[in-house]
Amino acid sequence: MRHLTWLGGAVAGGLMMLAGTQAFAVTIGFSQVGDEGDWRPAFSKDMQEEAKKEGIDLKFADAQGKQEEQLRAVRAFIAQQVDAIVIAPVVVTGWDQVLKEAKRAHIPVFLADRDVDVTDKSLYVTRISADFNLEGRLAGAWLAQASKGNCKIVELQGTTGSAPAIERHKGFETIIKEFPGMEIVKSQSGDFTTEGGKKVMEAFIKSTDNLKGICASFAHNDNMQLGAIQAMKEAGLNPGKDLLMVSVDYVPAMKKALAAGEANASVELRSAIGKYIYPVVLNYLKDKKPLPKWVVIPSDLHTAATPGS
Amino acid sequence: MTSDQPPRVELVGISKAFAGVPALDRVDFTLHPGEVHALLGENGAGKSTLIKIMTGALAADAGEMRLDGRAVAVGSTAEARALGISTVYQEVNLVPTLSVARNVTLGREPRRFGLISWRAAREKARARLKRLSLEIDVERALGSFPVAVQQLVAIARALEEDSRVLVLDEPTASLDAQETRLLFRILRDLKAQGMAVVFISHFLDQVYEISDRISVLRNGRLVGSAATAALPQRELITLMLGRELERVEQRAAAAPKAAGAPVLAAEKLGRRRWIEPFDLVLRAGEAIGLAGLLGSGRTETAKLIFGAVRADSGRLTLDGAPLGHASPRRALRRGIAFCPEDRKAEGLVLDLSVRENILLALQTKRGWLRPLPRDEQRRLAEAMIEALGIATSDAEKPVGQLSGGNQQKVVLARALASKPRVLVLDEPTRGIDVGAHAEIVALVRRLCAEGLALLVASSELDEIVAVSDRVAVLRDRRIVGEIAGAEITRETIIELIAGG
Amino acid sequence: MSVNQTIEVAPAPRTLGTRLRGLAGHRAVWPLLALALILAVNGLVSPGFFSIRVVEGRFFGSTIDILYRAMPTAMVALGMAVVIGSKGIDLSVGAIIAICGATIAWRIHAGDPHVVVLLWALGAGLLCGLWNGALVALLGIQPIVATLVLMVSGRGIGLMINLIYGGTNPSFESPFLQSLSVGHVGLIPTRLLLGAASFAALWLLLRRTALGLFIEAVGGNARAADLAGIGSRLVTYSAYLISGLTAGWAGVILTADTHISDPVSQGLYIELDAILAVVIGGGSLAGGRIHLGMTVIGTLIIQALATLILTSGVPPEYNLVVKAVVVLAVLLLQSDDARAALTRRNRARGSLGGGSPGGGSPGGGSPKGGRRR
Ligand SMILES: Nc1ncnc2c1ncn2[C@@H]1O[C@H](COP(=O)(O)OP(=O)(O)OP(=O)(O)O)[C@@H](O)[C@H]1O
Ligand SMILES: [Mg+2]
Repeated sequence: MRHLTWLGGAVAGGLMMLAGTQAFAVTIGFSQVGDEGDWRPAFSKDMQEEAKKEGIDLKFADAQGKQEEQLRAVRAFIAQQVDAIVIAPVVVTGWDQVLKEAKRAHIPVFLADRDVDVTDKSLYVTRISADFNLEGRLAGAWLAQASKGNCKIVELQGTTGSAPAIERHKGFETIIKEFPGMEIVKSQSGDFTTEGGKKVMEAFIKSTDNLKGICASFAHNDNMQLGAIQAMKEAGLNPGKDLLMVSVDYVPAMKKALAAGEANASVELRSAIGKYIYPVVLNYLKDKKPLPKWVVIPSDLHTAATPGS
Repeated sequence: MTSDQPPRVELVGISKAFAGVPALDRVDFTLHPGEVHALLGENGAGKSTLIKIMTGALAADAGEMRLDGRAVAVGSTAEARALGISTVYQEVNLVPTLSVARNVTLGREPRRFGLISWRAAREKARARLKRLSLEIDVERALGSFPVAVQQLVAIARALEEDSRVLVLDEPTASLDAQETRLLFRILRDLKAQGMAVVFISHFLDQVYEISDRISVLRNGRLVGSAATAALPQRELITLMLGRELERVEQRAAAAPKAAGAPVLAAEKLGRRRWIEPFDLVLRAGEAIGLAGLLGSGRTETAKLIFGAVRADSGRLTLDGAPLGHASPRRALRRGIAFCPEDRKAEGLVLDLSVRENILLALQTKRGWLRPLPRDEQRRLAEAMIEALGIATSDAEKPVGQLSGGNQQKVVLARALASKPRVLVLDEPTRGIDVGAHAEIVALVRRLCAEGLALLVASSELDEIVAVSDRVAVLRDRRIVGEIAGAEITRETIIELIAGG
Repeated sequence: MSVNQTIEVAPAPRTLGTRLRGLAGHRAVWPLLALALILAVNGLVSPGFFSIRVVEGRFFGSTIDILYRAMPTAMVALGMAVVIGSKGIDLSVGAIIAICGATIAWRIHAGDPHVVVLLWALGAGLLCGLWNGALVALLGIQPIVATLVLMVSGRGIGLMINLIYGGTNPSFESPFLQSLSVGHVGLIPTRLLLGAASFAALWLLLRRTALGLFIEAVGGNARAADLAGIGSRLVTYSAYLISGLTAGWAGVILTADTHISDPVSQGLYIELDAILAVVIGGGSLAGGRIHLGMTVIGTLIIQALATLILTSGVPPEYNLVVKAVVVLAVLLLQSDDARAALTRRNRARGSLGGGSPGGGSPGGGSPKGGRRR
């Protein structure tokens, strides 16, 4: 077992050596979850491009969605004595051991995107990620302003129990609670998929008599909102006009929908976050000043008026 | 047998209906310690149903059961066994994928320190089988043995030392004379020890040999119960059928027909560890019997000729032309039909209806794209039900709900329905009652007269003698002799089998 | 053939009435009752549930929605019913949908005429069936494992197809395909007509040829079927082909519905709903029977339940539990054994004193347990 791990590490290490023949000032190991969906590949690509710009020797390892793979990669980084390790964790648990090994080797570890659950928080320097709660609040704030604090809302939740679904919902609620005229009247899970969003919106349309009295649809991601838009159009409704449509992600299809006036606002979930991560890492390597356990990447809200990026 | 002590088992007013159709109607049945009590009746009379109720496999709709004078409710077969009732069901009801040893000891595994001792289990199984003179590898899966062996294993399983009641539902259906004799010796021993035995069979000779008392069921009712000695066979049959049976003469003594042209011929056909290469010619209008002891290769020969199993030497020719490599599908299309011995494992699709089961072979012959029209299907099924006297409420009943003998008739019906030129039958009348048996023998002989080429493998010598124009005798997986015409008698066959 | 042709059928002949009762008692009644019940609750929960209006030139209303949403699942479930009838199972149907979706997006981006794209998609489904069938029927791999291969890899294959032209989650526009999925003919949604036509086609294939009988025979007892001359391999193979094709068809409808190919989540867990529909419709996983009509009813039950959950305002956290409880209730309701057990227990309480000592060891008596046919 140990033997195998070693072997895997050596192979991974060998591959990474090939990648970095030039001499760089700083070497960073980055263990990525995998490449599912749109967001993650874009994130990986940005990390690599930004590293080039910053003159960082980036050792990139794709875990293909498996924690073993990720642990193996991190151990390989330790063996190669990189200057810092960035992990986008596959899962929350099971990190204590390998993070201790990194600490013993005096290599600082940074988390990107998701959190980990370790007993000793000093095992990693900080987590750098967007704030789902903030995204919810931004959407809520925009809606409060657009509806002048008076709005009955249908909500398309993400996969029940997932962190983004929980936090976006909470953030959104904290804002609208401040407005007595705002209220979520229907809320269901669309599983973050277009199909799910469409199904849920179809049901809402029927159960609210063609969305009578409803003023907005808040979706935890754009895919669901796009499904909702289709459902409304098929029912003869005008999304973006009959209903204010606000969601999170800002994917290309949503940009089109915004431009067409079928949606009103979308909070961007940045994938180009290398430029937020590297400065944190580099500064820490320079002065070793302890950081708060969470560095938030700012979120932006786009409306039809915002020029596309 | 005298009744100063209460009867071992007393069933009073047992009724049972399936989906509203009565199978038993207020049946009383009394079983004394130290007696072998034969339970007789036509196929579908309700015998199996009655003993299933007695042994907890079915729940009665009404009635009461007393064991040694005490009222009991047997909720499951496990409870029955705990009460000392051991059973061999008609359809061998063991687990084919488990080893023989496990099957024999299942549910009563010998234990050491609370854990199953496999060694002891194997020993126990071997000892039990030894009593039946069966020496086989007890670690092989049960399903890999022929039906007769499986039946012996089931009997071995039921021979618990602490049993007080032994119920045997057609235990001898696929045994031949030798095994039956052994079984009867054991039964007599058990009887002497005070065991109460229920014995179901369609072999009346066996009934007269072993039983002390006979009860007869007809259409779900008890129509008579008498000491065996006081009930002549003729009377018994009348009681069973509700009419007299005109005894079909042993073998139509009619002049040996001029046998027709060879239809199917095996030339040096054989398969290693299965059957030695043999020659056999089936002629139109001629019936050939395959006789031999258990394990002599009857079934193997039949399967090879039908093409259920591929030969590795020799060849088959049909009308003089080679058949190419054999498969059931090809055989059926060429007009060869087969009736396997193990109706449950190889014959029937139990969930399909009587009609569908009868239809299968004919339909494969036609191919899937030319389905038989629905009303023709129905007509065919009705005709077969009528011709073979299959007792079923209607043609749409799942075959699994028929009585054992009636299931057997469906297997036959399927083969006949495909209108074959060559018919290969393996134990065709297993579990079929006397009336229907005579009927089927007559039917088969008539088909032969019309030009069918017939091959019948059977453990029942009387049956072989009754139908065959020619008999091939097998011993140790090879054909050791052929006899024809007037030579065909029980005695000559037995002589050949014994190696005379 | 003379003497005793009339071996009497023991019991009195059954009247039409008892036969009908027997038949209904076995199959259709309980699932239909369950469906009616769920629809009734739907009606109570959301007023106007049963109203049907004409919107945008087509029928519009919750009941139509149920049919509309159930159609793709029903297609998948019908294929599943056939496979289950052959004593198999097809876990890969969801993955097949993903592959079809990706194929559609790919071919549209490649500029194929959209009718050709449709053929591509159905071809992809058929190809998947070909693969599953080869593993099960030719190599003899256990169906659950054999189809697991495609279930696990299929979504990856979908992503790879997307990579062929560099798109990730590509959306597309196709008036032709969309008209099949979300369009309408007269007042009736096109997909309902297509669903009905597919159902009829499948029914004809199974019941107006002998294929259905053969599949059922193979599923009931493969050895017996083989000896009856039915080539069980080929017949098994055909079942997986049918399932691949129906899944592909469902993939077309689902993909055209959202006009986006999303291999990761498209048709996710649909295999479970399909299996459930077959079972609710009275099919046994042990194989041997195909109930097409009942399977559709099973699908409708599941969809009506989904709609009920969506409209009832149950918090989403409870969705799965509610679904599980209702499904369990439906299954118990239609299980003869469960209903019989209830009555038997009541009776047993009356008569069973202390007669039986401790029940013996498990599996005693007859190894197959107490129940026999
Ligand atoms: N599970 C069942 N469902 C419906 N009908 C059944 C079922 N089991 C038995 N029957 C019916 O009950 C009747 C009696 O069957 P049973 O098996 O007791 O006959 P039998 O006397 O044992 O016949 P055989 O000599 O053929 O074994 C038959 O008509 C049969 O069709
Ligand atoms: Mg019987």
